Amino acid sequence: MKMSYKYFLGVLALASAVACKKDNYSAPSSLLTGHLIYNSDTIQVERNQVPFQIYQYGFGKVAPIGSTFAQDGSYSQVLFNGTYKIIIPNGQGPFLWKQTAAGNPDTVTVDLKGNQTVNLQVTPYYMIRSASITVSGGTASATCKLEKIITDANAKNVERVSLYINKSQFASGGDNIAKVDLAAANITDINNISLSVAVPSMTPTQNYIYARVGLKIAGLEDMIFSPLQKISF
Amino acid sequence: MKKILSITTITTALVLGLAGCKKDSEFLDVKPTTFLTTDQVFSDPNLVLTVLADLYNRQEDFASLDGNSLDGAGWRTFADFSESFPSENGSSFLVQRTGWGYGQWGIDWGTAFTYIREVNLFLERDSASTQLADADKKRFYAEGRFLRAMYYFELAKRYGGVPLITHSLTLPGNTKDIGSIQFPRAKESDIYDFVISEAEAIKSDLPADPATKSRASRAAAVAMECRAALYAASIAKYGATTPAVSLPGGEVGIDASKANGYYTKALNAAKEIIAGTDGNYGLYNNGGNLSDNYANLFLDKASIETIYFEDFKTGGKTHGFTTNDQPYSLSDEGGDAGRLDPSLNLVEQYEKLDNSFAPLATVDGSNKPVYYTNLQDIFAGRDARLAGTVLLPDGLFKGKKVDIWAGYVLADGTLFSSDEAGHTKALPGTTTPVQVVGIDGPVNGLELRTQTGFYIRKYLDPTTGSGRRGQGSTVAFIRYRYAEVLLNAAEASFELGHPDDAATYMNQVRARAGLTTPLAAGDITFDRIVHERRIELAFEGHILFDMKRWRLAHQVWDGAPTTLADVKSNLGVADAHSTQPWGLWPYKVYNPADPTTNGKWIFKETLPALATGYNKFLFGNYYSQISDNVIAANPKLVRQPNQ
Repeated sequence: MKMSYKYFLGVLALASAVACKKDNYSAPSSLLTGHLIYNSDTIQVERNQVPFQIYQYGFGKVAPIGSTFAQDGSYSQVLFNGTYKIIIPNGQGPFLWKQTAAGNPDTVTVDLKGNQTVNLQVTPYYMIRSASITVSGGTASATCKLEKIITDANAKNVERVSLYINKSQFASGGDNIAKVDLAAANITDINNISLSVAVPSMTPTQNYIYARVGLKIAGLEDMIFSPLQKISF
Repeated sequence: MKKILSITTITTALVLGLAGCKKDSEFLDVKPTTFLTTDQVFSDPNLVLTVLADLYNRQEDFASLDGNSLDGAGWRTFADFSESFPSENGSSFLVQRTGWGYGQWGIDWGTAFTYIREVNLFLERDSASTQLADADKKRFYAEGRFLRAMYYFELAKRYGGVPLITHSLTLPGNTKDIGSIQFPRAKESDIYDFVISEAEAIKSDLPADPATKSRASRAAAVAMECRAALYAASIAKYGATTPAVSLPGGEVGIDASKANGYYTKALNAAKEIIAGTDGNYGLYNNGGNLSDNYANLFLDKASIETIYFEDFKTGGKTHGFTTNDQPYSLSDEGGDAGRLDPSLNLVEQYEKLDNSFAPLATVDGSNKPVYYTNLQDIFAGRDARLAGTVLLPDGLFKGKKVDIWAGYVLADGTLFSSDEAGHTKALPGTTTPVQVVGIDGPVNGLELRTQTGFYIRKYLDPTTGSGRRGQGSTVAFIRYRYAEVLLNAAEASFELGHPDDAATYMNQVRARAGLTTPLAAGDITFDRIVHERRIELAFEGHILFDMKRWRLAHQVWDGAPTTLADVKSNLGVADAHSTQPWGLWPYKVYNPADPTTNGKWIFKETLPALATGYNKFLFGNYYSQISDNVIAANPKLVRQPNQ
């Protein structure tokens, strides 16, 4: 009995000695963050819809890691230090991403050493300007202007403008408690757009809503939005 | 002792001597007893057939009664797309997700190209064989090419252009030469052209025999050609509406100028089958109740309508579709039932007998409930395919009525029910407990009973014991049938500018369903074409690929929640959105003070509580992702668009 007890101790000692060995790598710790921007304005998108891809070369097989932009156009990724290339795949986002002559997405090269902020410059087809949203008498009303940024051969038409309101801070086509669409055919002046929708009753009752104006561009699936507003009433 | 010794010695010497006389080379050349060599197999037609049977068995189906490699259970391959609600808690994700991953609906790349390689090897060995009779050899060869073309068609439906490999590849001796077996993607049109030309090349080597249903027949090859040409044509035509879904190299997308050529090929192939050149096929029409007739078409293995099917057999391969989807109250296997519940979105699409659309009348003009004496009255005067596809409340299975009703509604409009199916409680003002909800539900969140108010009827096997797990069902899964050929012909005729022919073809299918007032040429619209396929081919694995080739998927599954008004309006409109499966729940009126309504039925459209997600189909979903691993291993493959 005493013997086995001794052996047991021995095994324990051995196990603890081996287990104390360090892992091969420490976890990645450099934080890469940034926003989608046009000049100095942030591009607002729908959450989880606009993806980006990060490539790193030199380790054999090449495959992207990546995720999607948040609704305020921000992204973040924890990485090892190293050289990375960032792209946004073709056809994604309510904007034009630089392309190579061959029509492939051009890369943004990031030499990551510690935490770093890299803003991604894009050219949106339109921007929603001076959006203002108010609530009175149980109705949310919004006014805004559209600025057409791309006017060359790549220009695209407006499909509709929508006002989304929600109980929580996510407001988009998928996340809303009420919305109203204004089709392009009913827009007479893109510098003077107004929309309104009744605020439905909410359970539990709350005296504020979140709202955004979104713009759907014909032939693109991702919408561009005005900055989120919290409106108390 | 000595004597024994000498006898033993002599015997041993004899044995040794005899054995020793064999040549060394022969001595070592022992025939294996555990497997057959290629030469042995390809000298006996029965053995070749076993190899072929394995290839038949591994065909890829998007929807299939015994399931596929990705989705597992057979019933789940028919669920999704808001055409049904999955009443199994482990599958609620189907209605709780807000879209599909880019990799969705793909086939494992390794599995796919292993299959292609094995068919290629089969074809090479069959043609090298010297021992087989010419007739056998030819038929086997044609069947192999049929299976390969079918598989490429399945790949093209999911991926567009894929590497087109028509002979077996050998690994190069030096890994530096790996490039010699890395192939780029062919154009999407190349794959469709391959399927079409293969079908033309092999059809005369296949039997023109309607009794051949589980093996390739001449009509099966031509039906495949017809569908492939139609897919290619519509991708060419409607792909022009979504220019973002294409690749500059043509791996995805087909030039719009090719549309009419493909439509003509589809129409000619369909005409060949309709004319009877490939054997005597027709619509299954055995009289009697039209709904029963439509349901029996899927049960009767000798049906003249079936061109090509996946067969099942007791003692061989059976499937659990009936086990999984039978009505709970009539289940052969207690507690195993009711998973696939058709949605109201689909049910509302069935026309009235005068060819008009109307939502099921649950409320009248002033928003008051409509009272019905019998549960089925609300469905009266509809397309016979409704009751043939969907098991309605009070519908019959195995001669017994299903018990579908959600509870009582009291005089003041409050609902009186229970969260336990078949529960008995005393109604207000009484003391005797009575049943207050159907044994088959619907109750929100109660799995294995219907949660939409409907069960599936198509493929449901009334054979005794077919609902038991151990026994299983032998109902066949029809891959090609005559009604689809007619609808293909109608679509191709319409697109080629002959709506009168389209009406003639479509009216045959509709007349079989009791819609005897023929549609005129002027009635045939794109909406009609889309609608007729959705109804006739419901739960046959078509909807995803139809919506994709028409480029309707991103409009129909647009990621916005489906409201009650959405369900009841825009019926028969091709791009009307449908993102969440609604249900129709019957309630029994309890109002002893008013004998005119007491005991009657009212209906309420209900969105099942578990259906919290909504379908959102992105441009990147039109073609399934080729995984990063595969692209890393073969850099010649280009990525899909919008991913």
